[in-house]
Amino acid sequence: MSGPVPGSRGPEIPPAAIDLADGEWHRLHPATPLLRGGFAFVAIAGFVLANLRERILGLFLGAGPGDAPPGDPIDLIVRRGLIPAALLVVLVVLIVIIVAFWLSWRVRSFRITEEVVEVRSGILFRTNRRGRLDRIQGINVSRPLFARLFGAARLDIDVAGHDANVQLAYLSGRNADALRQVILQLASGALSAGSPSAAAAEQRAAGGAAPEHDGSLSGIVAQRAREFMAPERDPRLAPPAAVVQMHPGRLLGSTLLHDRTVVFVLLVIAAVVLASAAHAFFVLFGIVPLLLGVGSQIVRRFSRSLRYSIAATPDGVRVGYGLLSTSNETLPPGRIHSVEIRQPLLWRPADWWEVRINLASHSDRQEGGRRTTTILPVGTRAEVFRVLALVLPGVVEEASRPLLEAGLAPARSGDGYTGSPRRAAVLRWFSWHRNGFALEQDAVLLRRGAIWRQLVVVPAARMQSVALHQGPLLRLLRLADVHVHTVPGPIRATLDDLDAVVAAGFFRDVAASGVAAARRESAAHLVKGARWQGMGRP
Amino acid sequence: MSSVDPVTQHPEPRAALPLTPRGGLDPVPGEWRRVSSRYLWVDLVGSIISGLVLTAASSVPFLLARLPGLLAIPVVVLVIAVVVAAFTPRRVRAIGYRLRDDDLLVRRGIMFQRFVAVPYGRMQLVDINRGPLDRALGLAEVKLVTAAAASSVTVPGLPMAEAEEFRDRLVELAETRRAGL
Repeated sequence: MSGPVPGSRGPEIPPAAIDLADGEWHRLHPATPLLRGGFAFVAIAGFVLANLRERILGLFLGAGPGDAPPGDPIDLIVRRGLIPAALLVVLVVLIVIIVAFWLSWRVRSFRITEEVVEVRSGILFRTNRRGRLDRIQGINVSRPLFARLFGAARLDIDVAGHDANVQLAYLSGRNADALRQVILQLASGALSAGSPSAAAAEQRAAGGAAPEHDGSLSGIVAQRAREFMAPERDPRLAPPAAVVQMHPGRLLGSTLLHDRTVVFVLLVIAAVVLASAAHAFFVLFGIVPLLLGVGSQIVRRFSRSLRYSIAATPDGVRVGYGLLSTSNETLPPGRIHSVEIRQPLLWRPADWWEVRINLASHSDRQEGGRRTTTILPVGTRAEVFRVLALVLPGVVEEASRPLLEAGLAPARSGDGYTGSPRRAAVLRWFSWHRNGFALEQDAVLLRRGAIWRQLVVVPAARMQSVALHQGPLLRLLRLADVHVHTVPGPIRATLDDLDAVVAAGFFRDVAASGVAAARRESAAHLVKGARWQGMGRP
Repeated sequence: MSSVDPVTQHPEPRAALPLTPRGGLDPVPGEWRRVSSRYLWVDLVGSIISGLVLTAASSVPFLLARLPGLLAIPVVVLVIAVVVAAFTPRRVRAIGYRLRDDDLLVRRGIMFQRFVAVPYGRMQLVDINRGPLDRALGLAEVKLVTAAAASSVTVPGLPMAEAEEFRDRLVELAETRRAGL
């Protein structure tokens, strides 16, 4: 497995990364303390420099110190002959800082064994965090802007459980990518064999035939884990081909036509009109923060999506984002719990769509909205289907294509969807006809909205539970709402105002199909001897 | 589909009044297990206390401004609270659960009906909660948590022994039907 293979980037695993995963303790990138907390120091240095700018310029241009205002502390020091003392203080402070940095770098170390990844750190308050490899949900490599300057990258290892990710910050960028592969490989070994020794044995014997996958989600994951361990068929030897690439023109167009931009423009107009015509300047106090919020969202979406890419890798879908701070997240298909395809109103002439997902992961929560939930910021219909095939393998196939197409189109009779009855038009003026569902063996498709079209796909094997609601008004109209519960995320998989009898049937069928899909999946696990389970036993 | 009731120890023949209101939903017809009738007191005290608190809170504008029109707010709130309290017996009677082969069904509500089906394999954990009033009456509440926030399901008002048995049974079923996330 080791030995660099000539290639542009990514595919080879440098020996250094193998060495990092040998079970011994290793230290992180030497710039780590600076990157983690040293920016305060840099900021202070910058502040001091900015304040001394005049003086330094003067020093170089040969101007005297006499023109500085009295009371300047540096003049004071110079006049009283305290220069040696001042220099000494500065020197001591510098030495203390450097020693502290060096110490914190010394004590922060990590090791990767065949079973766990462990990080220990801290001078006064020692912490030790250990994550089990067979509970790994995914590993992300991210490169914040400043870390990129040092060629460093951060490795976030998501382990099942609330706030249980292990962070390796920072590693050299090249090692980070390679170490990610090594850990995933160890994790898949630990997963498929259960015990480290068996994993190692299997790893040695993995040249043999890999079993055929059965098309189910778990089957693919298990098979990919095996493929990944067979070096001669390592698909990583070819860099992953991007399935969708972002065209800047389209991104710009879609940003301009996005609902959010329309709201922004309307807000600006409202602010201008109110402030100038009605002289109601106090309105601005309410609107300006709102404008800033919406505007920054628009800008962030744009800059994040400029270098968007999505590709299939052996261990999941890899989504890359970011212009200045880049992040690459690899999502195993089993972690994607529902998918929503939606279309802002003004995108319809161009047939552009946006794809979002609900992810089972607790990582990145602390960094406020950095979770990748938009898996395709904008794409044509063909691209949407390519992305869907990646994120819902086994669900999106040739056979289900017409149903998905119908989910994006206006309602027609006989398109496979069971819609709301006409009497629901009282509550859903325009969308009662489109409002409907279709049940596949492996997924539930919910179609909503006539003006803002949406299609939600929930894989049956991922559904948590199903609910049926009816209030007095709906009872009067003989209607009912159905909810499919998935892990928390931006998508609500609900369908309102169905015929009460149809909704009761939906409830029965979906409850049964969820159980059946989960059973099929665990049967596939048993056959493979692999347990790629999410938060099975937290 | 209709299975032998997995909890066999307590075949309590509770009030066999119809659960489903006229014109209401009944997606899975069959026998439902009911909660203890003593739970009525827990729910009643809870709704009376919350009704009083809400009435007091909503009368603050009236007490501050002394406008007679504002008195309407606490009056409306009080009327709603009385109606809610008056419906408590019906509401408690409407709570039902059923252990099927592969999932747990829970139903609640008469006016606002809600049915949830949680597959045993999806349960992440099962809690037993007891409030002070529950303890006084020897009751407990069983709460099931899945990975979805929306589908956490509670079955209140079970006698303590039955609640523990119910929990053990659920954990056992969840083990045998363990699924991934």
